[in-house]
Amino acid sequence: MSHISRRSLIKASGAAAALPLLGGRAFAQDPLKVAFVFVGPVGDFGYTYAHSQGRLAAEAAFGDKIKTSYVENVAEGPDSERVIKNLADDGNQLIFTCSFGFMNPTIKVAKRFPDVKFEHCSGYQRADNVATYNARFYEGRAVCGTLAATLSTTGTAGYIASFPIPEVVMGINAFTLAARKVNPEFRTNVVWVSSWYDPAKEADAAKALLDQGADVLAQHTDSPAGLQAAEQRGLMAFGQAWNMESFAPEAQLTAIENHWGVYYVERITEMLAGKWASSDTFWGLKQEMIKLSPFGPQVTPEAAAAADATAAGIKDGSAPVFAGPIKDREGTERVAAGASLDDAGLWKMDWFVEGVQG
Amino acid sequence: MMSQAVTISILMTIVGAATPLLLAALGELVAEKSGVLNLGVEGMMLIGAVTAFAVTKTTGLPLAGLVAAMAAATAASMIFGYLTLTLASNQVATGLALTIFGIGLSSMIGEGFVGVTIAPLGPVFPAALAQNPLLRLVFGHSILDYVSIAATIGVAWFLARTRAGLVLRAVGENDQSAHSIGYSVIAVRYAAVAFGGAMAGLGGAYYSMVQTPMWAEELTAGRGWIALALVVFAAWRPWRLLAGAYLFGAVMTFELQAKAAGLTAVPPEFLAALPYLATILVLALISSRRSVGAAAPACLGHPFKPTA
Repeated sequence: MSHISRRSLIKASGAAAALPLLGGRAFAQDPLKVAFVFVGPVGDFGYTYAHSQGRLAAEAAFGDKIKTSYVENVAEGPDSERVIKNLADDGNQLIFTCSFGFMNPTIKVAKRFPDVKFEHCSGYQRADNVATYNARFYEGRAVCGTLAATLSTTGTAGYIASFPIPEVVMGINAFTLAARKVNPEFRTNVVWVSSWYDPAKEADAAKALLDQGADVLAQHTDSPAGLQAAEQRGLMAFGQAWNMESFAPEAQLTAIENHWGVYYVERITEMLAGKWASSDTFWGLKQEMIKLSPFGPQVTPEAAAAADATAAGIKDGSAPVFAGPIKDREGTERVAAGASLDDAGLWKMDWFVEGVQG
Repeated sequence: MMSQAVTISILMTIVGAATPLLLAALGELVAEKSGVLNLGVEGMMLIGAVTAFAVTKTTGLPLAGLVAAMAAATAASMIFGYLTLTLASNQVATGLALTIFGIGLSSMIGEGFVGVTIAPLGPVFPAALAQNPLLRLVFGHSILDYVSIAATIGVAWFLARTRAGLVLRAVGENDQSAHSIGYSVIAVRYAAVAFGGAMAGLGGAYYSMVQTPMWAEELTAGRGWIALALVVFAAWRPWRLLAGAYLFGAVMTFELQAKAAGLTAVPPEFLAALPYLATILVLALISSRRSVGAAAPACLGHPFKPTA
């Protein structure tokens, strides 16, 4: 494992070109160099942490056949272009850029390095040497919705959300739709905190939601602060991106875990076999890119069975999350009976289902 | 719809939002009153936050965590002090460097502490006193909340009523004169910077021990900058700082409560902008009454080089 900070990376970029000469490879085949660009700190115990675990999984799977490195805390936008270019200059053959805001810089750098393969997480622009991938987080959220509605006594969930972009909106809708299948009166109160990561604000938002009658919390932000607030009040919450049980051993019902490792291993395998091709991947529960943490102590057998049924229906395709009829909260029909929302519709989602407040 | 319990809970949240800002800003106020602009508050808060968490987790003693947080952040402030006071380097650049240093150092120290938690630093008074909701508002806080109020009184009294406070202000207003009548400008500024460090350390510890008992990188998420802004906002006056910190806490809490209550009459974007609108409004009000520039210590940010 080699850890490069942005600063030292920039300083060392000149010297980096000379490094392979000094390495003195003993084997005929040089290891495949794979690099990762992260938007947050690997220690966030959330989104970036999960990507970092994926990197470690790939390392464990391939041993000395690959050599990975990462750059953390890379600001989205023009700054990231320099970082990505440096990694390509440095001889990395496969580069994962793990945040939406790296899309344009990735495409730009990819044009200049046609022999380097790029993988951009959560974007929609592809090229011959740029693939995209994302996880169906919303499938996990539907399972959470089932659990929430089965276990809530107030019939109200609090939802700490970051920004009203399709990915977050589809999560809120998936959660609420599944919950209302159990309890048609179920409500989801949403607080937008306008940040992906601000533990103090997330904690205050959690308290506000609990004050206003929610007894179970879901979140689309990155820190375990909301879980801790629920734990302190003896209520319930869901973890995000990784199993956050250690922060809330009583309160956590389950967590939506992002297992990027399955994808990283698959793509590196293809790369090593010389079969890598640009593609668009959108995996969920079925491919185990999304997994649910073991249920917490507050989950009753009845609730666990209901949640398992929701997950099973998603996996075998018998009960898709966005199966019609679905009306938005203004009463307009968005998905007709018998139909199901396709991926294009998912990525354009800017409406909320009935039961969502805020 | 707003029951008493909810109101009390909201008020408690406001205290929690205001206290760390107040602690860190009080320290910075004293440093700035002595003429030193330390932009490293965020970095010192992070060092305090991670030290408090690491020491509490390791020893099981929250008090040791608090003391260690103050010591570690003071040590960091002394690096800043050595560079800016002894070597007379540029304060703005050095302060920014201190913040970057603090972010890096804290994530390095905290590497082994990610993903674990501690028991939160709870109310200092026995629970029996805080049974009644109204009494909870008075007796239901952690020790740091009371320390922040006591520190405000202490700083206000020190600056306005003591000889040492007068010397500190003199050093900040006119360092050459203070020097020429025999005061050690550098020693006074070192002491002020050290106090700033200790208070920033406590402010950081509030996040990792009270607010969200955990460590994660960049836990304070920019609160150090808000503390810096509060000092200007308060026109370098401790009481106004207290009011400012609580106003900020109230506005931040109100924003979230209004959203959680489903208050749809007001657009959420407006609520999100509320803390910043409040800042602009209050700054405008202050500067219309008297120049903010005139309220700033005259030597703020200037390195001291004795001429005689």
